[in-house]
Amino acid sequence: MFNTFKQFDNFGHSLNAPGYHIQARTADDILSAFDLAKKHGLTVTARGAGRSYNDAALNGGGIVLDMSAMNLIQSWNPATGVVRAESGVTLEQLWQKVEPDGWWPPVVSGTMKTTLGGCLSANIHGKNNFKMGTFGEHVIEFTAILPTGAEVTCSPKFNADLFHAMISGYGLLGIFTSVTMKMKRLHSGLLTVDAFPVPNLSRHLSALHDGAPNNDYIVGWLDTFAGGRSLGRGQIHAARYLHEGEDKKPGETMKLKNQILPPYIFGVFPKSLLYHFMKPFANNLGWSLVNLAKYAASLRTHTFRQAHAAFHFLLDYVPNWELSYGRGGLIQYQSFLPKETAEAAWTEIITLSKKRGMPSYLGVTKRHRPDKFLLTHAVDGFSFAMDFRVTRSNQAKMREMLFEFDRIVLDNGGRFYFAKNSETTAETALAFYGEETVKKFKRLKKRCDPNGLLESDLYRRIFE
Amino acid sequence: MSDSSKSVDAARGKPAPATPLSARRRALVIGASEGMGAVLSRKLAGEGYTVALVARQKDKLNALCAEMNAGGERLALAYPHDVTKYKEVPALLRRIVADMGGLDVVVFLAGVNHPPGGMDKYNFENDRQMVETNLIGAMAWLTPVAEMFQNAKTGQIVGIGSVAGDRGRVGNPGYNTSKGGLHVYLEALRNRLTRHGVNVLTVKPGFVKTEMLKAAVGPTPFAIPAEKAADDIYKAMRRRRQTVYTPFFWSYIMFVIRHIPSFIFRRMSF
Repeated sequence: MFNTFKQFDNFGHSLNAPGYHIQARTADDILSAFDLAKKHGLTVTARGAGRSYNDAALNGGGIVLDMSAMNLIQSWNPATGVVRAESGVTLEQLWQKVEPDGWWPPVVSGTMKTTLGGCLSANIHGKNNFKMGTFGEHVIEFTAILPTGAEVTCSPKFNADLFHAMISGYGLLGIFTSVTMKMKRLHSGLLTVDAFPVPNLSRHLSALHDGAPNNDYIVGWLDTFAGGRSLGRGQIHAARYLHEGEDKKPGETMKLKNQILPPYIFGVFPKSLLYHFMKPFANNLGWSLVNLAKYAASLRTHTFRQAHAAFHFLLDYVPNWELSYGRGGLIQYQSFLPKETAEAAWTEIITLSKKRGMPSYLGVTKRHRPDKFLLTHAVDGFSFAMDFRVTRSNQAKMREMLFEFDRIVLDNGGRFYFAKNSETTAETALAFYGEETVKKFKRLKKRCDPNGLLESDLYRRIFE
Repeated sequence: MSDSSKSVDAARGKPAPATPLSARRRALVIGASEGMGAVLSRKLAGEGYTVALVARQKDKLNALCAEMNAGGERLALAYPHDVTKYKEVPALLRRIVADMGGLDVVVFLAGVNHPPGGMDKYNFENDRQMVETNLIGAMAWLTPVAEMFQNAKTGQIVGIGSVAGDRGRVGNPGYNTSKGGLHVYLEALRNRLTRHGVNVLTVKPGFVKTEMLKAAVGPTPFAIPAEKAADDIYKAMRRRRQTVYTPFFWSYIMFVIRHIPSFIFRRMSF
């Protein structure tokens, strides 16, 4: 068994955890992984693309069940827009399948490398959360295998409690095997995008709030280095689908070759090398200059048309960009705050990070709405994601600072998202989920997984 | 995991899971209950490791574990085990790795020494015990450890040999053989694992003031406290060295001794 031992890490390369690597190809492989775990007193974590910023797909010293080979799109109906696919299918496979037929996944993450199983487990959101909700809201049904060995089918009506708990359940109740969902109709391969600057946090949040109802997508970039009167300044990108007829040649713009991100910049320089050139900037001075330059460039208000893939998958634009953060890797701290308290809380958080000399290098804001899933992260308000570089010397100080952030977010009625935050403690999780929710989740866990076979490092951190 | 084993874990308590900003390194020390093993375990805990302690003497092991955890943070976990129970090793290793959430360093320093104490007192049973503990015990542990580290493409193995393993001498052939065999075994592991990113360190202590030294027959020159040996071992681990003597000047002494021609060596008294 030791010959399957492998070192796994998170997306930010900031945490390693070795485990026994088992590749699932069929449902039977999942069952035998459970048997193996029982026999040796081990635990199992399902892993898709490993794109969580934290420990959600890590299981130190346990079995890591790799779902990425269960990646068959089982059926696709271009007339109805309904697709059924195995859980290891990536968003990349999915959009490339449906887009040429004039459809698009209703909710996508900032990277297309994530698997559908991972999207369900974290119940991901996109830049249209305020309008389309989370990924789970577009699921017609899914099938999963529970650690008891039972295969279940869940839909919003059938097995509704499991449906709403397994989606957002971080893979702790069962392992998704397939998902059926409905795509969104397109009339063009392009979006109309408005880009405009916002001079401070108050204007930033009101631009998101007021812009949301008139757009299909809205996202903000926040200059995390600006303070004083400019604190929270940044740039908003708001995008709309093109209506039927707006695009004169929808057949042409929807062609795959007009969507795929080009592997070269200026047509000649390979983007796969680009992250090396970002490395010298991976420090406070470098990133403050990048943020300043980006703000200066954003001052021009303009409107343009952009392909779907280029608009959505910013994280894939520079391959391996996360490696530019160096050996310690990066972490992301994302907080979700009600619209009433967001400005005060983030003013405090940004000010604190600047005062401690540990500014975030990249800030991204979005508009959200609540949803009905059990371990939901959403609020009627906004989210703010901050990337931080981890080094050997800043670890302890930064952890302390993030705990202070947690306090501020909790005091302001905020929530967290466990595809992202890596330091949140069990007490904090209990505080924002509420005892009732955690109890309900643990009751379901007991029912689906009486022997405690499904565990991840995330589970041990926030539920034990 | 069955419910019963779960409750045992809960009673013993696992270390808090690592996070990007609180990543403790994890060590397994085999032969930890006393002497150099106990001192090195404390040293590693002080340097930011969580340590799994394995030893045969349960009482001493538990006492050390309790002492190391006295500060409130879980720095040590105890696993009573006799290294000559070879068949127990894979399951125990699996459990340790699961409890610790991974493993970065394995230190093998379980060892026994039964000096015969006279030309007429050579004793096969004693020799066998030494080889079974010092050498075969190491092979039983380091075989699965090496496989694990090779596949993970990371890790560090530290084996505690001895200056006594550099030559076969008149006084204690069984001990010489066990430690000499261990040196060769570790060299073989090093040659196999270095290309996979694994460091294998052979430590050759001279005389160290521990229980083992009290049994020694004859003079024990340049004896050092176990703390000094532990400091040297830790320094060598950090530098990812291949072979070190502790204290350092034994490397000069042993350079000379290793090169004494046999026609002289076989006439010498030690």
